[in-house]
Amino acid sequence: MQQKQPLQFYSEPLPGVDPEELHGKLIVIEGPDAVGRTTQVARLRQWLEQEGHAVLDTGMARGALAGKGIKQAKDGNTLGPITMTLYYTTDFADRLENEIVPALRAGFVVLTDRYIFSIIARAIARGEDRHWIDQVTGFGLVPHAVYYLRADVKDLVSRVVLGRGAFDYWESGMDMRFGNNMFDSFVRYQIRLIRALDGMAKKYDFVTIDAGRAPDLIFQDLQRHISNLEIVRLRETPRVNEASGAKAPNGAKRPRKR
Amino acid sequence: MSLLSHWLRSQGFAVAFSEWNSSPLVRETTRRGKKKEMFTPTTFSLIHATDFADRMERYIVPLMKAGAIVCADRYAYTAFARDVARGVSRRWVRNLYRFATRPNLSFYFRVPLDVAVGRILGGRDAIKYYEAGMDLGLSRDVEESFRIFQGRILDEYEAMAHEVGFHIIDATLSIEKQQQRMREIVISELGESLKNGVLRIAPGEAHAAETATSVL
Repeated sequence: MQQKQPLQFYSEPLPGVDPEELHGKLIVIEGPDAVGRTTQVARLRQWLEQEGHAVLDTGMARGALAGKGIKQAKDGNTLGPITMTLYYTTDFADRLENEIVPALRAGFVVLTDRYIFSIIARAIARGEDRHWIDQVTGFGLVPHAVYYLRADVKDLVSRVVLGRGAFDYWESGMDMRFGNNMFDSFVRYQIRLIRALDGMAKKYDFVTIDAGRAPDLIFQDLQRHISNLEIVRLRETPRVNEASGAKAPNGAKRPRKR
Repeated sequence: MSLLSHWLRSQGFAVAFSEWNSSPLVRETTRRGKKKEMFTPTTFSLIHATDFADRMERYIVPLMKAGAIVCADRYAYTAFARDVARGVSRRWVRNLYRFATRPNLSFYFRVPLDVAVGRILGGRDAIKYYEAGMDLGLSRDVEESFRIFQGRILDEYEAMAHEVGFHIIDATLSIEKQQQRMREIVISELGESLKNGVLRIAPGEAHAAETATSVL
């Protein structure tokens, strides 16, 4: 695939959006369920805000338009695979146009917990036509970076058991019944998801991060990678005494720690 | 379509009816989005495709597999016309509906723009926001916006008539004459299948819903 520049559209322009007006940075954290994305996004947000950046964080099914409808549809037992894919795509489009694009216009750093890649991977895992969903989601903006938190299924299983303590119906792919029970279905479904994401890594230029390690190590990796995007410089300027609120060398006041 | 459905049922066929924008999983989201004017051309297109997908997966396809005649009031072509009139890419919206089964018969009720506009304006108290294309900034005047927007939609329908293979019904004729024409087309096009009392797949062909060509 021809590499596209960040903040261009993958294949389909969004009516009314001019990429030339977008100045912020778009960072995507991807990965399967229970891999620890949400934890990392929260830490990254805090770090970037401490560095003085305006940050928007956004994630799947959190949009004002379709978030509630998706939740209600999942509470029932009739949500089909193509319907689910399109409902999530609607939610993504809504957040892209109403949250992400305005934030990028204003120069924000946008951290997204999942992106079109999870939608595509879930569709592939459910046997849907990958060319179809590739083109449907083609109105997505190319991110500055996609960090793919990759872990083996056995790591995901331990996190579910030791963390949440229960398997979730949808995260186990039970709508497709990949197994007779939630554990078997989870394992088979997550293997499919991982395979689908692995298959997209080259095409979409993922930076693959080993997420089988401790969260601190994963976070340090993410910090290192993000610093290379030239949003933040790690320890290049001396840290001022934040309690005193003294000015940084370039005259700008450093934000106080929360 | 309602009259046609009733007629087919009266002939002893199993008939199901599916209406645009009627999915129980999606219609509340659509309704709220319209009321609060939350839609963009892209999300408007996607939410209607979501509604359509739910009706296809849960209703239309299983009934077709069971041998019923499914009558759909509006289909993917409504999206092709309306969404493109809103500025969405023709190619993108056709790909979006690629999962839709190609109908055995498609009717297009053709009416000149002035007649269509006259019917709507003479009918209800107010034209709705999205119906008038007010989100597109075509005109501050609702009626003017409606006229321009509906004109664009009609142009799209006309342009796709050949591509889709519409059976065109002159909607300026009386309801009785329109219905007569529709029944003639159903009998001539679906002929033998209907005489056997149920839609049947000929031997050697895979099931309709599995091998039906995509809509376009």
